[in-house]
Amino acid sequence: MTELSTATTPAVPPWADPEAQPFLRLDGVSKSFGGFEAVRGVTLDIYRGELFCLLGGSGCGKSTLLRMLAGFETPSAGRVLIDGEDQAGRAPHDRPTNMMFQSYALFPHMSVEKNIAYGLKRDGLPRAEIAARVADILALVQMTPFARRKPDQLSGGQRQRVALARALVKRPKLLLLDEPLGALDRKLREETQFELKKIQAEVGITFVVVTHDQEEAMTLSSRIGVMNAGEIVQVGTPHEIYEQPHSRFVANFIGSVNCIEGRVTGREGGHLRIACPDLGAEVTVESGFEAGAGEKVALALRPEKIAMGRTARPGFENMVTGRVEEVAYMGNLTIFQLRTDGGARLRVTQSNTTRTDADVPRIGENVQLQWTGAAGFVLGA
Amino acid sequence: MRQKFPVMTVIAVLGFVFLYAPILSLIVFSFNESRLVTVWSGFSLKWYAELFRDTQILEAAWLSLKIAVASASLALVIGTLAAFALVRFGRFRGRMALGVMVSAPLVMPEVIVGLSLLLLFVSMEGLIGWPGGRGLLTITIAHATFGAAFVAVVIQSRLVSMEMDLEEAALDLGARPLRVFFDVTLPVIAPALVSGWLLAFTLSLDDLVIASFVSGPGASTLPMVIFSKVRLGVSPDVNALATLIIVIVSLAVTVAALHITRSNRHAAR
Repeated sequence: MTELSTATTPAVPPWADPEAQPFLRLDGVSKSFGGFEAVRGVTLDIYRGELFCLLGGSGCGKSTLLRMLAGFETPSAGRVLIDGEDQAGRAPHDRPTNMMFQSYALFPHMSVEKNIAYGLKRDGLPRAEIAARVADILALVQMTPFARRKPDQLSGGQRQRVALARALVKRPKLLLLDEPLGALDRKLREETQFELKKIQAEVGITFVVVTHDQEEAMTLSSRIGVMNAGEIVQVGTPHEIYEQPHSRFVANFIGSVNCIEGRVTGREGGHLRIACPDLGAEVTVESGFEAGAGEKVALALRPEKIAMGRTARPGFENMVTGRVEEVAYMGNLTIFQLRTDGGARLRVTQSNTTRTDADVPRIGENVQLQWTGAAGFVLGA
Repeated sequence: MRQKFPVMTVIAVLGFVFLYAPILSLIVFSFNESRLVTVWSGFSLKWYAELFRDTQILEAAWLSLKIAVASASLALVIGTLAAFALVRFGRFRGRMALGVMVSAPLVMPEVIVGLSLLLLFVSMEGLIGWPGGRGLLTITIAHATFGAAFVAVVIQSRLVSMEMDLEEAALDLGARPLRVFFDVTLPVIAPALVSGWLLAFTLSLDDLVIASFVSGPGASTLPMVIFSKVRLGVSPDVNALATLIIVIVSLAVTVAALHITRSNRHAAR
């Protein structure tokens, strides 16, 4: 999981600035098909220049939401405002948005050039300007040598670039991308993620991306909106979504997490003390979670935040003993499946910092598991 | 499958004989000298010469061609519009009715189609004075009616398999719906349009039953002329005509097949 931070991020991001005006505002937007509610009361502000990812599993309503922005679907309730303008009743061809389709939807009977020029021609721009803008955008996506090819003579990655260029060339206020990298193979997808970010920074257009790939969302976004069953369950920066998920759903959807049930025993300043019978221990967590003594909560621990060793080391507030049950070597890291003395199953990952594995705990071995008070977070029961 | 199966070979030969023997004998006897169709008496091209002197047949062929082109074109427009409405307009009032009406001529016996159209034309002439008499116009309308049904089927299946994405992308890029239809939908379904037109053309050229019902005096299509000639005894110039038609059709099919293979190879690259 890689999270890039852009160098140009202002000191206070717009979503943290109460003065900032949202560029795209969704106000209680719902959509039902027959009796089925695909999108339920989504309220969301997206700011100028953001690369916002709508992340969710299949059927969570993210694509429907995107199609409502493009004008292909009409909201059953609620309003969509782009740059302060209500989009109600506006057809797709009248909206300041362009969309990049998951299938790319390149016109098969037109060359790359003609595909890209199509939108500009519909706007009735002069020929010279169309030619200049097509040339510019082809250069931006590095497709100039392929201008005269037909889509069926291009590779998947090249088609993806043409689709992006065609959507960008009209300089929409809002660019909507439906699984933009979904059809690419893994290696190419990783490269293209950076590419897409770079292009977005260059053109300065607000992007709304729909994806089911959490890694893609983490890499690309300024902020992520996690969707489940037609609702937005959490909005935040990739860092917030990963480190401070509000619910078990989000915690599990992004990365993996160990959830250990327990009861609050008390609070000491910023720390919550939780008794976890499965761990056979009482643990300390730095948390602002409001919970009285005796309340049922869950301690959530990301696998990479647990330190593992044959002997205990100083500097950790929490420690339990566990036995290695399974080891999976992944190359860059190794995943351990452990059972604690109390019976809890824990997953721990370790970076493989050296090429030898002499020091790696083996199956059946007993190890000390330690973590600091700031390593975990608390979720409601 | 290099192994030889004598049984298979025999079956294959029988199959080919079954399919091609009638056509072959027709071609062979078109070059027969004798007036008797079944007795070979020497090679001659005289029936071809005779054919080109036979103004009745030539006129009928010309009429059939005109009707086929006109009715196929009309059928193409109507059939495409119907298919587009059925596939792309979602649910609308009367969608079921339209679907049934469009495909009705496919399953209706030709005799009934012909009779109903004849009754329609006669009563329309009585009521509004149009169409004045029966002939080229009424045959064209009749052929367009059932041709449109076949066109609609061909275009519908193409439209169903065509993703909405392309049309939505054009809309999204600022094209109005009518523009989208002409800029994107039509070019993409062009191969289906061509095969739909050819199908309607062939059906029209081929039709005897419906044309017999709705034609009037002086307007005899080629199948009607051939049929009436044959009833008086087969004359070898009909063989000559049939041979010409077979040659033209084979050429057209070969050219079309070559073209399709080439464009497929092009697409596969």
